[in-house]
Amino acid sequence: MELSRRAWLGTAAVTTLSTALPRLTRAQGAANTVRIGVLTDMSGMYRDNTGPTAVACARQAAAEFGNRGFTVEVIEADHQNRPDVGANLARQWFDQGVDVVLDVPTSSVALAVNQVAREKNKVMLNSGAATSDLTGAQCSPNTIHWTYDTWMLARSNGGATVRAGGDTWFFITADYAFGHALERDTMNFVRQAGGRVLGNVRTPFPGTTDFSSFLVQAQASRAKVIGLANAGADTQTCVKQAAEFGLTRRGIRLASLLLFINDVHGLGLQTAQGLTCTETFYWDMNDQTRAFTRRIVARTPNNYPNMIHAGCYSATLHYLKAVAEMGVPAAKASGMEAVNRMKAMPTEDDAFGRGSVRADGRRIIPSFLFEVKAPAESRGPWDYLKLEQTTPAEEAFRPMAEGGCALVRS
Amino acid sequence: MDEIFGIPIPLLFGQLLLGLINGAFYAMLSLGLAIIFGLLNIINFTHGAQFMMGAFVAWMLLSLGSADAARIGLALLLLPLVVLLLDWLWLKLRLAQPIRLGLGVFVSAAWIAACFLENGGPVARALGAMFPNGLSYWWALLIGPIVVGASGVLLERLMIAQLYKLDHLYGLLLTFGVGLIIEGIFRNEFGSSGLPYRIPPELSGAWDLGFMFMPVYRGWVVLAALILCLATWLVIEKTRLGAYLRAATERAELVQAFGINVPLMITLTYGAGVALAAVGGVLAAPIYSVNPQMGVNLIIVVFAVVVIGGMGSILGSILVGFGLGVVEGLTKVFWPEASATVIFVIMAIVLLTRPAGLFGRA
Repeated sequence: MELSRRAWLGTAAVTTLSTALPRLTRAQGAANTVRIGVLTDMSGMYRDNTGPTAVACARQAAAEFGNRGFTVEVIEADHQNRPDVGANLARQWFDQGVDVVLDVPTSSVALAVNQVAREKNKVMLNSGAATSDLTGAQCSPNTIHWTYDTWMLARSNGGATVRAGGDTWFFITADYAFGHALERDTMNFVRQAGGRVLGNVRTPFPGTTDFSSFLVQAQASRAKVIGLANAGADTQTCVKQAAEFGLTRRGIRLASLLLFINDVHGLGLQTAQGLTCTETFYWDMNDQTRAFTRRIVARTPNNYPNMIHAGCYSATLHYLKAVAEMGVPAAKASGMEAVNRMKAMPTEDDAFGRGSVRADGRRIIPSFLFEVKAPAESRGPWDYLKLEQTTPAEEAFRPMAEGGCALVRS
Repeated sequence: MDEIFGIPIPLLFGQLLLGLINGAFYAMLSLGLAIIFGLLNIINFTHGAQFMMGAFVAWMLLSLGSADAARIGLALLLLPLVVLLLDWLWLKLRLAQPIRLGLGVFVSAAWIAACFLENGGPVARALGAMFPNGLSYWWALLIGPIVVGASGVLLERLMIAQLYKLDHLYGLLLTFGVGLIIEGIFRNEFGSSGLPYRIPPELSGAWDLGFMFMPVYRGWVVLAALILCLATWLVIEKTRLGAYLRAATERAELVQAFGINVPLMITLTYGAGVALAAVGGVLAAPIYSVNPQMGVNLIIVVFAVVVIGGMGSILGSILVGFGLGVVEGLTKVFWPEASATVIFVIMAIVLLTRPAGLFGRA
């Protein structure tokens, strides 16, 4: 063997590192330009749930807002679901004059960027990440958590499942900030409703390709419900393999705590039917959401917008309205002031209707519990969900006093 | 008692079995890598992408009648096969090398351009019209390796063959880059959230083994992997062709002097290794999520398997593949958080104590 092992291992290490080199779009322009950087997953498992469609939504919002005395520039970067990469990109962006970091899916990355935005006094409008800690223990005057969070998912989906008789749970949890938060919040609801948690298993993220072992463990616990505290491809694989191992046929319920319409598309209705999911936006809710969706799908023909995407649109629009009211120099000077102005104004747009932003940075809107349709019920492309239950805005999210956010106490 | 370390024995049996199934995938993929490395001295980092292509071909074949993207994708993926067949024809017609090259480029350009016409062009439309219901899993098992293998052959002829004279690191970098490009293209075209592929009806259902519920399909995967591994090992270790291959690895010039077409043999070996990856991909399609990242997740582990087994050792990669599947399966019970790491810990230990790998020759 001519090739030395050291050289081969060394190269393997270098090649792995080289994939981590960030793709970076440079921000340049005049002082009268507001810069919005969409920091998202462009290449990993959350790409369709966030990614290019989130960028398209931010661009659509900027285009609809038009020119009201200042220009808007939307740039994008791939954080690769890695907190270090995300924090570095955000830092670089802020130093180069970016005013807002938008989307930031993957809770571990969001929590890291949250710190950077606060330190630099810029704005983070988070649509993609789930952890309720963003408006709880780690809340920040520079951050608004726009679209959904783990508490709201747990309340809607977890609560409904226990009421439907699923009172013993086993959790399959992605082993990072998001999974932990979703598991914690759902466990609380299960226990409050009189249910019991029989066990849990933490699965490595990313990098778990096979969940059968975890599903068999869940089955062995004799729990009636398996709570999937994961997302994207992980959830899809779990659902697929649960059907394969006959779990669903034996009467075990799968509680897909975070499931997007894009995941349903990936699974196919045949496999996904009967699953429940909680969203704050569905494209086929009313005339406004359908009109909004038509505008976005023109930009991303293969991917319909989900609540994260719609949140990017809505957050961008609301931020730009606040900037127009307070003036570009003031908005650029202090991210905290811009966020305060956003909190003072009610939100309104085609995707979500009316809403408001709370002092702790939580945007308040109704949440909807959907069930995935059977193939026969679906009347057209992407006609996947039917509404089961609506939680009004005031009840959908964690009460401010319970979150432990320092902004509220002071 | 019926418990070991607090884990009920039936559950433990189940986990051993599941580990064995995952090990089947590791074995199949590392086998292809080991063959390519053993005979070509190329570290084929495109392997993950080729595994993924196998799964995508399966999806495309099934969706020929229903999805434009499937028709166009398959039409494009058929190009390497078409070019190779035409080239063979031109060779029989005794056309000169530059003419063959020119014709090949022309046909490729025309083919690709045709695929970007409205409705996917004539080839895609013909595919859709011929197979309105798509082609089943069994066809995929046959066609997938051929189509992906042909692309591998073309890759070897056009690119990798240029690098044999250079240090092996160049081959590694080239294949790594090609793999990234292929994955990037698939991600752009098909997104990241995966495509639906159902277990074929003949293999759906499950056996109740008492201690666990064993899906028929997983049993089939283990069986298929065992047959493939055994067959490959027999071909290489016990047949005349295998003897030529092994001889060519040691002394290529000498073997060539006996009148054996060594470059052709090397090309076909690479194609066969790639075809093995594609078979793995087709087998994986019904149980894993069919998405562009599916190869990346698996390939790192598979490389560790090859290193532990001993670079280029075929028996080593088969045994270690199955073995590590079981070890990983057990880790998923006793310490789930570490299940993605345990293989690399073993790799480190093996490298420190037996640098040539468990079955490698130092």
